[in-house]
Amino acid sequence: MHDGASPTGVADIAWNVRNNLTSASDILERHLAAIAERDGEVHAFNLVLADEARARAAEIDDMVSVGRDPGPLAGVPIALKDNMCTRGIPTTCSSRILDGWRPPYDATVVTRLREAGAIIVGKTNLDEFAMGSSTENSAFGPTRNPLDTSRVPGGSSGGSAAAVAAGFAAASLGSDTGGSIRQPAALCGVVGVKPTYGAVSRLGLVAFASSLDQIGPFAHTVADAALVLESISGHDPMDSTSIRQDPLELTRQLDMGVAGLRVGRITDLPEGASADVVARLDEAFDTLRDAGAEIVDVEVPAFTYGLTAYYLIAPAEASSNLARYDGVRFGHRVEAPDTNAMYIATRTDGFGAEVKRRIMLGTYALSAGYYDAYYGRALKVRRRIAADFAAAYERADVLLTPASPTVAFHFGDKTADPMAMYLCDTYTIPSNLTGEPGMSVPFGTGDDGLPVGVQVLAPALQEARMFRTAAELERRASR
Amino acid sequence: MSAPQSSPEAWSHHGYEMVVGLEVHVELATRTKLFSASPNRFGDEPNTNIDPVTLGLPGALPVLNRQAVELAMRLGLALDCRVQRSTFARKNYFYPDMPKAYQISQYDEPICVDGWLDLPGSIRVGIERAHLEEDTGKSTHIGGSGGRIHGSDYSLIDFNRAGVPLVEIVSRPDIRTPDQARAYVSELRAILVAVGASDAKMEEGSMRVDANVSVRLPGAEFGTRCEIKNLNSVRSVGRAIEYEAQRQIGMTEAGESVRQETRHWDENDGRTHTLRSKEDADDYRYFQEPDLVVVDPDPEWIERVRWSLPELPAARRARLATATGQATDAESVLVVTERGQDAYVLAVAEWGGDAGRALVYVKEAFADQGERPAVPAADVAKLTLMEVGGTLTATQAKQVLAEIVEHGGGDAEAIAADKGFEAMDTGRLEAMVDDAIAAQPDAWAKYCAGEVKAVGALVGAVMKASRGQADGKAVTALLEHRRSIT
Repeated sequence: MHDGASPTGVADIAWNVRNNLTSASDILERHLAAIAERDGEVHAFNLVLADEARARAAEIDDMVSVGRDPGPLAGVPIALKDNMCTRGIPTTCSSRILDGWRPPYDATVVTRLREAGAIIVGKTNLDEFAMGSSTENSAFGPTRNPLDTSRVPGGSSGGSAAAVAAGFAAASLGSDTGGSIRQPAALCGVVGVKPTYGAVSRLGLVAFASSLDQIGPFAHTVADAALVLESISGHDPMDSTSIRQDPLELTRQLDMGVAGLRVGRITDLPEGASADVVARLDEAFDTLRDAGAEIVDVEVPAFTYGLTAYYLIAPAEASSNLARYDGVRFGHRVEAPDTNAMYIATRTDGFGAEVKRRIMLGTYALSAGYYDAYYGRALKVRRRIAADFAAAYERADVLLTPASPTVAFHFGDKTADPMAMYLCDTYTIPSNLTGEPGMSVPFGTGDDGLPVGVQVLAPALQEARMFRTAAELERRASR
Repeated sequence: MSAPQSSPEAWSHHGYEMVVGLEVHVELATRTKLFSASPNRFGDEPNTNIDPVTLGLPGALPVLNRQAVELAMRLGLALDCRVQRSTFARKNYFYPDMPKAYQISQYDEPICVDGWLDLPGSIRVGIERAHLEEDTGKSTHIGGSGGRIHGSDYSLIDFNRAGVPLVEIVSRPDIRTPDQARAYVSELRAILVAVGASDAKMEEGSMRVDANVSVRLPGAEFGTRCEIKNLNSVRSVGRAIEYEAQRQIGMTEAGESVRQETRHWDENDGRTHTLRSKEDADDYRYFQEPDLVVVDPDPEWIERVRWSLPELPAARRARLATATGQATDAESVLVVTERGQDAYVLAVAEWGGDAGRALVYVKEAFADQGERPAVPAADVAKLTLMEVGGTLTATQAKQVLAEIVEHGGGDAEAIAADKGFEAMDTGRLEAMVDDAIAAQPDAWAKYCAGEVKAVGALVGAVMKASRGQADGKAVTALLEHRRSIT
């Protein structure tokens, strides 16, 4: 892998640092320089942790100099979505309501990254509380797509996707509740993975919709994403929904190819993807067939109801998760004559429009007299979708769909119409409802030369075959 | 209102009966909180037993306390409930001492269902369910009136109690009298303490009772119920439901209808007051807690808990009553069992002592001794035998007992000798009676003529001669026997 040039990828950096061929400090300075040069324009970061990162890089270099191994991510600069708790460091969720709050603890993923030798370079921008598909809903202003700054980077993990695409970090972490890793990965031309629900601890991830939220990596390559995911996955006794199993093993199987693998084409996939995206998906099937995979047609009839069910379940959980921002114990408070008035003033001022819309939606869906018709029915649809996917996986090992219906769009294109924005997640939402893994891998370009992402889906805990498929697409796309 | 009549057998007013169901909240005696590692401890400095989970900080996640589940199973099994697969839900409402703005509580799938509690007098009260939930923090409202949040200047919140494990035990509406309600609370308390689920101290708030009260004509359908909060003692449970039933009967008789509402018991004025009506009730928007998984104790665990349960208070009382004989009073049996000293009484009997006397001794003199009195049971056994055998009178025995208790044991015979208690055998007593008759022939004559009061002078003389050591009743019996053969 090492060709004498300055390493940029996760695997490359870690190998060089561990073998004392490059210093973590040099790697870091190069990334900090890129940030200084361009983040004013891109605005991937809410906060750059230059001092902390430099101190950590020095520590890692010291470890290497005395012969100690800093770990599989030695010296790798990583950006964190700003909805993951960092001890003593502001964690904002790009919302005014968390103004001034510094968590007294680290998220489990932060601890694991550190133990693996990674260097956290900063906290990245997002749609407020991860609610959005363009990062336009941030209280701190939007993030721009580094490939075309007149366009959005996708969302809600737009800052994390942009940070990798712009070379500000070798990898980053995002959270995916309905597509918030995979869609921005597609729009920014990087790899983005939503692991199986419970594969990565949610402890310290500020909750949006607890039964759907999952942390995952962004990176330039499938192999790099695999390395990061291996480091952050595995059982955490402090998260009751964490799966009791060892960290995922992915990298060793990446080069196994797809010969004999059954790749499913969903014949009743909801329409709405633009022609350029559909064309790339068709080419992806052809490519995998050429590589020895068997393409099979499957049906997932309930797929199309995913969006509707999601926009009842996710806001319902959000309305409860966000009720704690009441101005009593932490964060923003607007003073008022009595407690109720203080709640109202604080929440009116502290939350943005999209967050308020979802709190209202969710509160309504859970209310007495409406529960059965809305939330209750959405749960039934959720089970139905899971059953349909289970049936499809009887015939196919992995499924392929678009990650996003379109390439990156322009600022303001969808902000006036919430439904248009929600449709961005049509293809990614079902795997959040089923808890199954999905990832977006860049596969060619579409309109205006912008990247297209193909989504690979797999059954729960079958990340290895998902990564194998993505790796094959990556190899053949770059030929 | 007329003075209510209240007896265990019946409660009725203007022909109406009361229908009462009780919801009892108990704090479980766990080491740590329900969902975090902070200590579950009463009385510490405010806001010292806290952590990110307790405070509901963003990103914090609950982890269920296994000991809390086991204690809930213990009390459920002690109440003959079925332990089942259960889930947690979120009960959503805003209040400053509710850190997450939702309470994690078991809702439609509680851990224990369908049990019962038997009360003295063959009364069986059904237990609908017993479910786990977390407690809230504690608010103190400063300024304003009556410690209420309304009109106060500011409020202080102590989160030490937030997240403390609670079990809510919901009875069926099977209670018909204030006495039954009191007996239910007392018996439940005894069971909770016996199985180690809770210290169940109403005065410290580790056991709290809400009552659902309605009235009806016997056989009619249930009336509209009111829920009464703030019942802080067994006594106020009885008083409050008595008052509330009377209030509802008064309204019904006056042609008014009872409104479904939550009412607050005011201990000072002895009344209930409207807290909120049904229309003002919160919509809690329950849904399954996504941060926790299903709790499904396997049969092996349930059986292990069942077999580890101690003998329950009712069975212990029955055993004690049998051992101590039919004549003993239920009150002493209850008191001694509640103190956990029933085993001690049985131990005295094991040493050959008289169980009936032992029960009385323990009840009277062992209040401060706890479950394991320092006094060797053998010493008490010997004393009971001396009293029953007539060597010591009841009065003398009491003095010897006091000495034994004070020194944590002692030989009754030696102590009696030290105190100069001579054996009061029948021969000596008869000699004293002879002396008394000889000394007061007038009194004897009057007594023999049927003037019963005259016996007092004779008994008094014997008591004086024995320096108070003779048993008055025995002397009277002896004199009566003499008169009958004269």
